[in-house]
Amino acid sequence: MTDKELSYCPGCGHGTAHRITMEVLDDLDAIKDTIGIAPVGCSVLAYEFMNIDMQQAAHGRAPALATAVKRLWPSKHVFTYQGDGDLAAIGTAETIHACNRGENIVIIFINNGIYGMTGGQMAPTTLPQMKSSTSPNGRDTGTMGHPLKITELIAQLPGVHFVTRQAVHTPGGVRKAKKAIKKAFEQSFENKGLCFVEIVSNCNSGWKMEPRASNVWMEENMFPYYPLGDIKVNGELISK
Amino acid sequence: MTEEIIIAGFGGQGVLSMGKILAYSGIMQDQEVSWMPAYGPEMRGGTANVTVIISDERINSPVLNAYDTAIILNQQSMNKFEETVKPGGVLLYDPNGISKHPTRTDINIYQVEAAAEAARLKVGKSFNMVVLGAYLKIKPIVEHENVIKGLKKSLPERYHHLIPMNETAISSGEKIVKQTQKA
Amino acid sequence: MKGNEAMAEAAIRCGADGYFGYPITPQSEVLEYFMAEEPWNRTGMVVLQAESEIAAINMIYGGASTGKKVLTSSSSPGISLKQEGLSYLAGAELPCVVINVVRGGPGLGDIQPAQSDYFQSVKGGGHGDYKLFVIAPSSVQESADFVKKAFDIAFKYRIPALILSDGAIGQMMEKVELFEQEERLTDEQVIEKYGSWATTGKTADRERNIITSLDLIPERLEDHNKQLQAKYKKIEENEIMFEEIHCDDADHIIVAYGTSARICQKTVQLAREKGIKLGLMRPITLWPFPKKKIAEYGDTKKGIPTPDEVLTAFEKHFM
Repeated sequence: MTDKELSYCPGCGHGTAHRITMEVLDDLDAIKDTIGIAPVGCSVLAYEFMNIDMQQAAHGRAPALATAVKRLWPSKHVFTYQGDGDLAAIGTAETIHACNRGENIVIIFINNGIYGMTGGQMAPTTLPQMKSSTSPNGRDTGTMGHPLKITELIAQLPGVHFVTRQAVHTPGGVRKAKKAIKKAFEQSFENKGLCFVEIVSNCNSGWKMEPRASNVWMEENMFPYYPLGDIKVNGELISK
Repeated sequence: MTEEIIIAGFGGQGVLSMGKILAYSGIMQDQEVSWMPAYGPEMRGGTANVTVIISDERINSPVLNAYDTAIILNQQSMNKFEETVKPGGVLLYDPNGISKHPTRTDINIYQVEAAAEAARLKVGKSFNMVVLGAYLKIKPIVEHENVIKGLKKSLPERYHHLIPMNETAISSGEKIVKQTQKA
Repeated sequence: MKGNEAMAEAAIRCGADGYFGYPITPQSEVLEYFMAEEPWNRTGMVVLQAESEIAAINMIYGGASTGKKVLTSSSSPGISLKQEGLSYLAGAELPCVVINVVRGGPGLGDIQPAQSDYFQSVKGGGHGDYKLFVIAPSSVQESADFVKKAFDIAFKYRIPALILSDGAIGQMMEKVELFEQEERLTDEQVIEKYGSWATTGKTADRERNIITSLDLIPERLEDHNKQLQAKYKKIEENEIMFEEIHCDDADHIIVAYGTSARICQKTVQLAREKGIKLGLMRPITLWPFPKKKIAEYGDTKKGIPTPDEVLTAFEKHFM
């Protein structure tokens, strides 16, 4: 990490997710061989904090950038770091096709069920009845569609090798998430296919809660819809 | 010398490849050439045409609205291109399937019964080479050996065993072409 | 060889590292040629059929960000889809080559050759105040040669270069003499040449490299824009290309580029046969545009309409 002060709201999971990603790259001695791609969204400035070579992509297109970088530099670690609006709305096509081609990259997907940067609008992952500035009376699934489980969706694709859903709001969760990210980097580097780590996170500002309450709300509401744990390991779907 | 040619007919008659062979033949004798197809949906089973220019000088426009020679292989193309032959120019056609024959008197008109000849020789696929032979008889702008070189260049190697058959088709075209109208 | 094929072959020969594209008539032969030719076996060049034009231009952004020599191609509707990406590439000052084999518009238009993307090309095309280096071939030979030229300019100035072809030049076959195969740069050479800015992995001996077009500090963004404009001025001073045909003794001069220039050359020939002293000025770079040269005709030529009237029309409509 750089010395720059994080611009994320106090209580937000981004900072922790950034740190464990960088720690993993340090552990793997991969800093000099890693190229990261930042999205558009709250983490648009990820390159300010991650002390590695980074590119900042147009909204939703990070997997396309990563595809080219990895194919042109097969000896490098390449990852994208994307939020739910970026990855599961505007960038759906790039996400699915990079996964389907089995690009040997890592995608770290922060899902907080809302557009944080633009001020709390409805995201594709916003829960049913959940309020946002563009669903002020709660998400009506009849007219606004259902929360998109894009992680389960891409897990079906043969090009995808490892898919897991984690959280970083408890010390235990952080340890597990870090282990998952490490596994993702190792396996994508071995050209086993695309490795995808979803981190369900809070957005206390967007959810209009104080941080601790937002974590409780996340456990009670987000986790039942987006259950934690491995979804695909070694190319095999985990049956629940 | 500049020769501006339109070749037009149905897709599948070998219009484009005939043009290509002619263009390559020009290259083989160090001339400037251009090959400009009408492309797209027109190529999908409908009519096809290609403009071929062979010249001693740098070629300017690859698209034209008047031609020294029109080689016409179906009625639609006759309707479209008879008028575009320059006065004194050449119109060569296969009467097979033509119901309205050309009527201009200021151009030289030739017939080649290429479809019938190709069927007689049992070289159906070399139909376009019969037509090419007829054209070269009227306008020997490329030498025989360069036509064979052009054929070799434009045919993938796996089809090179068909070259003798194409040569037969070319020479039969040279023999059967006949003039029906003198300018 | 077709114009489209010549551009693909030229890209392989000038040592390009990657092509990312999506099919659209009348440029699909570019991608088809690469896939048949398998340059990954010849030079190690990467070729990928992307899921969309948008993905393709963003692959270009990713590849160019690492200092590699990358290109994409499309035709008008697909080029519209690439405009956001081009704006990012220009903003982040990335070198790359984009080919537009222009067809009729607006909308889906048709697939016949056209020059109707002129404004989009020479004014930037996407959001923000930027320029692309725009070069327009008028033959299959130039289609090949300009791929190399476009890459040279792109890397010299770190600017996206656009080759503005059209359906006629893309589809037609002409004689073409191809330049010899040039070696692709190795990863080490890329790092040596472009490691000062390219994202090739942060080594201990340097600060990290960031490729972005974002700057939230208004003053800094303004400086960045001023620097871009200074760069564009330099290109305008140094990189203009044009061809004059029978302009010396001409009373009237036609200004036309690309396929139109070829057709106008025929017009010049026909006019001269009738004793009309017509000339042709063919801009080869459309941005930067040879406006000074055209303005000079106004002082030296006679006749009605005078060339400077032609210029006025051209200025009014094209500049």
